[in-house]
Amino acid sequence: MSDISQAREAVVARILEGDGKASPAQRRAAFNNTGLGEPLRKLIDKVARHAYRVTDEDIDGARASGLSEDQIFEIVVCAAIGQATRQYDTALAALEAATRKE
Amino acid sequence: MRLAILDSGQGFGTKVLFALIRTISRQPVLDVIKLVKYRADFYGGPMQRVTHEAMRGPSSWSVGDRELMAALIAKTNGCEWCTKAHRAVAEGAYRDEKKVSAVLSNLETSAIEEPLRATLRMLCKLTREHAVDADDIRAVLAAGASRQQIEDALAVCFSFNTIGRLADAFGFVVPGPKAFEAGAKYLLARGYR
Repeated sequence: MSDISQAREAVVARILEGDGKASPAQRRAAFNNTGLGEPLRKLIDKVARHAYRVTDEDIDGARASGLSEDQIFEIVVCAAIGQATRQYDTALAALEAATRKE
Repeated sequence: MRLAILDSGQGFGTKVLFALIRTISRQPVLDVIKLVKYRADFYGGPMQRVTHEAMRGPSSWSVGDRELMAALIAKTNGCEWCTKAHRAVAEGAYRDEKKVSAVLSNLETSAIEEPLRATLRMLCKLTREHAVDADDIRAVLAAGASRQQIEDALAVCFSFNTIGRLADAFGFVVPGPKAFEAGAKYLLARGYR
């Protein structure tokens, strides 16, 4: 019975609330995949829904919008963890529903 | 690698470590190592604690089972890098290349136990469709997996749905099989710390 709950909470707290080069609002928006303007919206949506489709041009577009590589690094990390978190939370809720005593 | 900082923005100590890895393994440094070592306080350090617990923490799933889950999740995500990397680790853990190859080729016809098959099927759906419902979970329980085994499998799924996205978004370079074999040996000996 592995238990990732504390470690998982720690990584989410670190990327969203700890120090960073991207603003907390940008990191939160990437994590939630919502509220971002172009070209970041397209990049982050690809990371969340089908990361294998991300291209050099998507990253170049983020760079051309004025973001540093460190900022791109952070918001892509936030997007990936955000989507994995939504999947995980949905599945845990389904597990809870399936095993709930009537 | 699409971000130059991941290739060349490492600190001096990490560059020395990479030189040692290249010398000892006689293989290039895998891009995942560059990722977890870059500003490790932001992502690599905290995330390695999650992944080590999911992949090597106490569980009634074997290390081979969990590495197989990782490989199949990666394949479902279309992530070539992670599929090859964790296929190699699963093969090493099971000492059975045919079993891993059979599951990755066709989960439904492969000769594995039903609780593992049903769990893998659910993980694939969660990865592909981003959601599962109570009926999907009931099917796994009915196949003989325990609630705890499902929780443990979901932990693996969380880690590899994160890492696979980063591998593809940052454009990890897929090396030859010998580099993945060296990486697999390390992961089997030391885990994800």
